[in-house]
Amino acid sequence: MAKGIWIIVEQSKLEIRKVSLELISQGRILADKTGEPLVAVILGKGIAGLADKVAAYGADKVILIEDDKLENYTTGAYTSALNKVIRKEEPQAVLLGNTAIGKDLAPRLAQRLGVGMASDCVGMETDDASFLTFRRPIYGGKAFAEVSANARPVLATIRPNTFPVGAADESKKAEVVTETAEISADDLRAIVKDIAIAVSERPELIEANVIISGGRGMKGPENYKILEDCADVLGAAVGASRAAVDAGWIEQKFQVGQTGKTVSPTLYIACGISGAIQHLAGMGSSKVIVAINKDPEANIFTLADYGIVGDLFDIVPLLTEEFKKLQ
Amino acid sequence: MNILVSLKQTFDTEAKIAISGGKIDATGVNLVINPYDEFAVEEALKLREKFGGEVTIISIGGDKVETSVRTALAMGADKGVIVNDPALEGADECVIAEVLAKAIAQQPYDLVLSGRIAVDDGSSQVAVRTADVLNIPSVSSILKLEIEGDVATVTREIDGGTEELEVKMPALFTAQKGLNEPRYPTMPGIMKAKKKEVKTVTLADLGISDAAPKMNAPKYSLPSPRKAGTILSGMEAPDAARELAKLLHEEAKVI
Repeated sequence: MAKGIWIIVEQSKLEIRKVSLELISQGRILADKTGEPLVAVILGKGIAGLADKVAAYGADKVILIEDDKLENYTTGAYTSALNKVIRKEEPQAVLLGNTAIGKDLAPRLAQRLGVGMASDCVGMETDDASFLTFRRPIYGGKAFAEVSANARPVLATIRPNTFPVGAADESKKAEVVTETAEISADDLRAIVKDIAIAVSERPELIEANVIISGGRGMKGPENYKILEDCADVLGAAVGASRAAVDAGWIEQKFQVGQTGKTVSPTLYIACGISGAIQHLAGMGSSKVIVAINKDPEANIFTLADYGIVGDLFDIVPLLTEEFKKLQ
Repeated sequence: MNILVSLKQTFDTEAKIAISGGKIDATGVNLVINPYDEFAVEEALKLREKFGGEVTIISIGGDKVETSVRTALAMGADKGVIVNDPALEGADECVIAEVLAKAIAQQPYDLVLSGRIAVDDGSSQVAVRTADVLNIPSVSSILKLEIEGDVATVTREIDGGTEELEVKMPALFTAQKGLNEPRYPTMPGIMKAKKKEVKTVTLADLGISDAAPKMNAPKYSLPSPRKAGTILSGMEAPDAARELAKLLHEEAKVI
């Protein structure tokens, strides 16, 4: 019996994250192929208003798990709430974004359910034998593994920007059901005391469509201004290589690479970045890679789709002006 | 305070990856402690310096894993436990978590630490799954840890910022870069490590008879080579910038 493809929708202050819309859009395609219903699950407090939005992107059914104790994400409460409803409804697959929350929640939930999980996937396809197969980078993108599960449901986290967001159709409606959570004292052994989100006009690094990153060639913290100016023209996020972070020029949260963020934007512009294997691990799945570097031998050029051999301090401000003309 | 560190031996991040007979080929690869697990070892040592107690390293692997466990002992950990069993060949995260939890539960502990991800398979699952088997709270990707009585205050990385949590111990935390700077083993440390206790156990010792994975055996492939890019060199800066913008707009259609 068809029990559905489930998307665990991530919301922050009642805003649905882009990666969740990507998963609903792609989930719709998989649901049509398999004949399974597409179910969006939203957890939180005061979330009823979000149902129409996920319906517009293609969900057949929306499950709302409304509870004051789910207002802020905690591993224990979210795992417990989802475990209960998944055991009751028995979906075929449960998909989450590979975000800070997805990475924390999915493995704990998978273990509670006693099932397998595919992490940080960059592809998924339907498969007659195992329902879904997933493609995921391993060894920092130096190899790929194609994985599938022999138990149901299969859980997976999908890398943001892997799939496009489809068009919203406000006339589409979904069946909306409300489930209750049973959250025990044990689930609340870790309690959020404070959340500090840096206020930024720029998109979050892992969800940005365009990223402009600076490395050792930036020469100092003051020079990131030229990347920021370019980023603001493109609506881009600013990133950095490990060399720039270790030099103390920019905060670690901006680091892209093996020991930083893994990103997959449409356009990644690497400025003054040599292209060490550990940096490539964090941005190798970008769709178009641009390199600007003085050194024609820099490894980044072997990966780049486009590049300029030249001084970034000359090139980047000129590029910013050219991009302005195109906006 | 008794602290257990779950440590994985991985390929050096510089290692070239080859596939042989449908498996990732480990021939000639330099094996190291997973870099994120080094943060976990360091944090455990700092806590022991403050509160006393013991630091135990737990690892799953074949005969080679002992070198990495000994490295952690040379950094200052007190003893090691290795789960080595041929039945774990092809184990998935669900199985590994069950095994680790069994090995951990054999000793008294206040805290379990591990890295937030292993740089080989990058699955980032095992530690959190282990916490679930142990029925203890877990917090992923921590940047700061302070302990008072049986309550830990941790700062964790979230998308776009950080959050602070209070956690009732015993608990499990995974370490993110920024938590500390791991120390290097000293010469005396290396000498001492040779005499420290490292116990090897099998699944039978842990009372585990079923190690059937929930995931099918993965199929591995290498990335297809990227086609050579359009690299502009020897051009005046304004011309190069104009040309690149044009290519991104008209050819790649990303601007």
